[in-house]
Amino acid sequence: MDGFLSTPIGILAITIAQTLALLVPVLIAVAYLTLAERKVLAAMQLRKGPNVVGPFGLLQPFADALKMLMKETIVPSGANRFLFILAPMLLFMLAMLAWAVIPVNDGWAIADINVGVLYLFAISSLGVYGIIIAGWASNSKYAFLGALRSAAQMVSYEVSMGFVIVTVLLCVGSLNLSEVVRAQQNVWFFIPLFPMFVIFFISILAETNRAPFDLPEGESELVAGFFVEYSSMTFALFFLGEYANMILMSALTTILFLGGWLPPVAVEPFTWIPGPIWFALKICLCLFVFIWVRATFPRYRYDQLMRLGWKVFLPFSLVWLVITAAVLKLTGWLPA
Amino acid sequence: MIAALAFYLFAAILIASAVMVVTARNPVHSVLFLILAFFNAAALFLIAGAEFLAMILVIVYVGAVAVLFLFVVMMLDIDFARLREGFQRYAPIGAIIGGILFLELLLVLSGWSFADQADDLRLSPNPGASVTNAAALGRILYTDYVYLFQLAGLILLVAMIGAIVLTHRERAGTKRQDIAVQVARSGSVVLEEVPVGAGIKALGIRRPPEPEAEPPKVTHDAHHGGHH
Amino acid sequence: MTQPLLAEYFPILVFLAIAGGIALAMVGGSLLLARQKPNAEKLSAYECGFEPFDDTRRRFDVRFYLVAILFIIFDLEVAFLFPWAVSLGGIGWFGFLSMIAFLGVLTVGFIYEWRKGALDWE
Repeated sequence: MDGFLSTPIGILAITIAQTLALLVPVLIAVAYLTLAERKVLAAMQLRKGPNVVGPFGLLQPFADALKMLMKETIVPSGANRFLFILAPMLLFMLAMLAWAVIPVNDGWAIADINVGVLYLFAISSLGVYGIIIAGWASNSKYAFLGALRSAAQMVSYEVSMGFVIVTVLLCVGSLNLSEVVRAQQNVWFFIPLFPMFVIFFISILAETNRAPFDLPEGESELVAGFFVEYSSMTFALFFLGEYANMILMSALTTILFLGGWLPPVAVEPFTWIPGPIWFALKICLCLFVFIWVRATFPRYRYDQLMRLGWKVFLPFSLVWLVITAAVLKLTGWLPA
Repeated sequence: MIAALAFYLFAAILIASAVMVVTARNPVHSVLFLILAFFNAAALFLIAGAEFLAMILVIVYVGAVAVLFLFVVMMLDIDFARLREGFQRYAPIGAIIGGILFLELLLVLSGWSFADQADDLRLSPNPGASVTNAAALGRILYTDYVYLFQLAGLILLVAMIGAIVLTHRERAGTKRQDIAVQVARSGSVVLEEVPVGAGIKALGIRRPPEPEAEPPKVTHDAHHGGHH
Repeated sequence: MTQPLLAEYFPILVFLAIAGGIALAMVGGSLLLARQKPNAEKLSAYECGFEPFDDTRRRFDVRFYLVAILFIIFDLEVAFLFPWAVSLGGIGWFGFLSMIAFLGVLTVGFIYEWRKGALDWE
């Protein structure tokens, strides 16, 4: 058995098993996130939310999936067929692909690469393609406008996200995601870097096109924006991709600021709970805030959105980056 | 073995997609093939052990530069048939330049293989596998190569200013939000705490004089209903 | 050195294959299972019930290009910051000041674009 596992086919088999062991829970989580969002929103608006399909509506996601599956796939006549179908698949695949480097527990990252942070940054900067291609390929004005807005918005907030990530890296001294978590053994980074944590969280709201930055899909003005022409499974893939991205970004927040798989305090009752559970709990916390924000804030206006990104977050995060570097340098706390 | 196989695979896809960039009829497809080429180049970097460069290639070229290209070709309505007209005329010149570049590369590469001690002469020798790419780069980029680094900063500055000079237009008839003015504005809207039950006159708050009530004008605009 | 590095990246390829497989299966399954009955009206682009006025793919506000260009520049700035952040402990005050000068130059550019109003949207 040991011999088989070290052959190329054995390694392939192990990797596939690991991949499925991670992707299947992620997909189930995505399915239930859609339900959780509706339930939480309903509770915040004193409604009941889906409660007919199964106990507490627990089978609702599967009913939705079946419904989507049985719908007709409509490709508009003016559209570029290949790109039209490719765009949602691209978005979905990117959201899945990023999970390869996420360390769920100490040493549990499936691909523990040295440049994990850069890998995630690269994946999130590619997300804009699915949207531009979708908007262009549908050949519809609303889709096109939504795609343009969305692309400009994602791009604007990525810069400050980059600065925030660099600030965290200053405190870590490595680009490896597991190292980032290990560096938080003593104190989670959201305490010393609290302003950056806030900027990062708001930026990922904008990056995932969530309320209050959901202008690209503003229902009331752009009738769902770049995916207005999509139906059936292609629509479902967009939907899944967006929610998977939310979970991914929550995972990234957890790794960068909330101590990944580490328990809040390393004392007895907390250390009994295994790392992946802590990791999942922290992700759930972030996701709850995502939904809470959606229920609370009105939508931004586009000029205000751009102003916030370029004129507030960018200079502020840059200044904070320099201050952090100077403080670390002066106190000699820099990781060697 | 596997590395060599992967190298040839990625190199072949890279060259094939580069050819497609030039020959594709639809400019959007050209850009998409360019992106594919970038990805394969990143994979080649990975095979060579340069993981930092591979990621930066994806972040900068695929994540930023190609987005701009896509913006331009998708939405600029360029008549690409007309751009192609000159192809026949410029083909020989292009071929000559390509040939010269190829010869130069050949010279450099053959020179490299002749000098087996060349590795030891390098200013910044490879620090080995114990140091990650990014750290190795960082150790020399900001100190040993400080002039080049600052030069890069200046080039970025020029690019920034150039982009603004070329594309920024002041246009008339647009409204901007000036937060400072909004905040500094006083007088017209004031919040006052009024005790419940007290009359406004008793507190000495004067209202602006009411405009004379005009009789409501009844207008039936015939063109009103439509959206367009 | 190359061999273990490649092994680390191998799972990403597997992820790509599996994610692609899932996406294809979902779209393909829907195409197979659901009844496809297109007609011209159904396939026309959505425009609040109107016939599409003109072609969608046309010129648009130059400001979107400006945002894209500025993004490239700042993205490069971030790219320069990554190795610096990782190695700041080993390059002394000179390395630190070198980056401050670099950022200073770009801040000049940033102030310029701010004053020019390139960051304003109306």
